[in-house]
Amino acid sequence: MSGKIMHRLATARKTGDVAGLADAIPYAKWMQIAPENGTGELLTRMRYHDSLIGNTNLPAIHGGTLGAMLEMTAIFHLLWESETGTVPKIVNITVDYLRSAGPRDVIAAAKVTKQGRRMVNVFVEAWQDDRSRPVASASAHFLVQSDDAPPAL
Amino acid sequence: MAKQLTTPEERVALFQQLFSDTIPHNKALGLKVVAVARGIASMQLDWREELVGNPETGVLAGGPLTAMLDGCCGMAVATMLKEPKPFATLDLRIDYARPATPGQPVIAEAECYRITRSVAFTRAFAHQGDPKDPVAAAAGTFMLGTKGKVTRTHSMGKELLK
Repeated sequence: MSGKIMHRLATARKTGDVAGLADAIPYAKWMQIAPENGTGELLTRMRYHDSLIGNTNLPAIHGGTLGAMLEMTAIFHLLWESETGTVPKIVNITVDYLRSAGPRDVIAAAKVTKQGRRMVNVFVEAWQDDRSRPVASASAHFLVQSDDAPPAL
Repeated sequence: MAKQLTTPEERVALFQQLFSDTIPHNKALGLKVVAVARGIASMQLDWREELVGNPETGVLAGGPLTAMLDGCCGMAVATMLKEPKPFATLDLRIDYARPATPGQPVIAEAECYRITRSVAFTRAFAHQGDPKDPVAAAAGTFMLGTKGKVTRTHSMGKELLK
């Protein structure tokens, strides 16, 4: 499967340093998206940097980057929660854009809505300053077992 | 002031400037505008190590595709606006049909097939040369007349009508 990612996961479990999970994924590093569990809940943060901007007038963060961070949040969540030792493969994702996201960090949390043997449905919500005012949410399907599936990750 | 868009090359160059070079994230991804016409937009994303989701396979992460498809659908909407107005993505669904072959560029082709006063509907596919063998499919809806300043980006539909 994916040795590097699973190796990082094993290390993260031993040391409790979940942020290390992101180091195994080049795109997560480039986007500055990493998990954190300082509060006891697994959250994923996308650190603000100027290249996230999609609208320079508002200014607002690019919708595509919000979709990307929601997807990464689901992946980190599934990696951290699962005991199967496989990297989840995304099948599809539907993102709802609720508010424009300003030039600040974005934080997100995922929740497994349905855990099947092969398929998992995950709901993810992202916010900035106020968790009760989400900027975007998503629901996504991941294959967690079969190898004949679309392995985007 | 606004230059007439006479050739397809000039049109692509102008859209490249408005929809990639001056949008920081699209620029960071290195998105290239490949083609544009009324209701139609096409962009290309080149493979890069930084955009990889799984270092063992070199397969691109879903994120860069999501961002390109969002941008490409948005550009298709802009070509349809008869009156300039700001707009924003309302929702976006991506189906990941197969992993993108590492090292090869991905091409997105978007169509805005219906536009009303408040909402625009789009579809898009991403492929690597053969549109019949897509990497991903997308459906995006956009809310029109959202807050923000009207820029030249929003006037392109009108200019294309000339």
